[in-house]
Amino acid sequence: MKVKIWGCRGSLPSSGPENYIYGGNTSCVQVTHGDTCIILDAGSGIQRLGRFLGPEVREIHILLTHLHIDHTMGLGFFLPMYNPNVNVHLWGPSASGEPLLNRLRRYFSPPLFPVRLGDLPNHPIIHELDNEDFFIDQVKIHSEYICHPGPTLGYRLSVGNSVLAYLPDHELQLGSCNFPDDPEWTSGFEIAKSASLLLHDGGYTAREYPPKLGWGHSTVRDSIAFAKMCEVKKLAVFHHEPTRTDEQIDQILKDALQNQKLDFEVEMCAEGNVYEL
Amino acid sequence: MPAQPIELILARQFGDSLSMPVFLVDPEGNLLFYNEPAEGIFGLRFGDTGGMRVEEWATVFRPSDAHGNPIPPEDLPLVQTLTTRRPANGSFYIDNLKGERMLITVTAFPIEGRPNRYLGAMAMFWRSES
Repeated sequence: MKVKIWGCRGSLPSSGPENYIYGGNTSCVQVTHGDTCIILDAGSGIQRLGRFLGPEVREIHILLTHLHIDHTMGLGFFLPMYNPNVNVHLWGPSASGEPLLNRLRRYFSPPLFPVRLGDLPNHPIIHELDNEDFFIDQVKIHSEYICHPGPTLGYRLSVGNSVLAYLPDHELQLGSCNFPDDPEWTSGFEIAKSASLLLHDGGYTAREYPPKLGWGHSTVRDSIAFAKMCEVKKLAVFHHEPTRTDEQIDQILKDALQNQKLDFEVEMCAEGNVYEL
Repeated sequence: MPAQPIELILARQFGDSLSMPVFLVDPEGNLLFYNEPAEGIFGLRFGDTGGMRVEEWATVFRPSDAHGNPIPPEDLPLVQTLTTRRPANGSFYIDNLKGERMLITVTAFPIEGRPNRYLGAMAMFWRSES
């Protein structure tokens, strides 16, 4: 699997010279395996991704973790949606009441957006998910509800022994008991265990977290502790705060790694990164 | 052991933060968690026992009516909830492991996750005056 990051910023796109290294686009990750094209989330990063997809790509699967605006705002600007030769599949979390299609229509309708889903040349094919296993071509996918406000899924994508775990918005402290000592009672463990690469929420510093308890995000330190518990091979910390500069992101990682002995790699995820799993 | 679904993790967190006794069970009735106030009724500590299979923990209590007649399992609120997936409420006497007899009131309710995934039940206990 080839994994390319098109956006790893949280909450709000934040372009600017101070965000040159880590980028300003919100969540969007492209996973390629052979001819299979899977996109994780449709944040603002998907707009640029759409411009770089070749004409040979006729089938695209977009897996949405949840419908918060920073994970969906790019959908209407994703060019393949307007190409009659391309079929777009939209996968996302089931809710208790309203179908996924209706919830997506709220975005694809005035006053938020002028184009309706029905106006597209091919209506996207909608798939509702909960805790389940399924395949897209040769890629095995496990989806599971995780701790974040509103219906939110984490995704585990595997091909053979290569595993990508994707938990871009995830609150570990609230979604676990005795964290980080009890994997059985930790949200997201089944998604991330033994992953080759874990993309995990680390939006906050430990100092910033207390007044934001319940907002659905984790600290960088907790993200590292979770990666250690899950025995991953590599952690790329995701969902950088929109106000954060490159310099601050580097410093946060440096502080979080102080006095830690880890047997896996940790880095701050950056837009443009490519991982071969 | 596979990790628990997020709904049960949050239910345990909720129960752990309450000062009223709480039991959390899976759909088969296996006891996943009981909080500190429940330890007083149970006569056991969760830290010592961890989760318990239904055969194991069901024998701890001897539920009975006011006259000391045993109450069949199907009449107990938590068992009713597990069977019907509906909330249930009731009062009865129990003898715990310490040999204490007490009147308790139990309210049990099912835990159903999105979308209609049946995951178990939670029971809250109130110690009543006999």
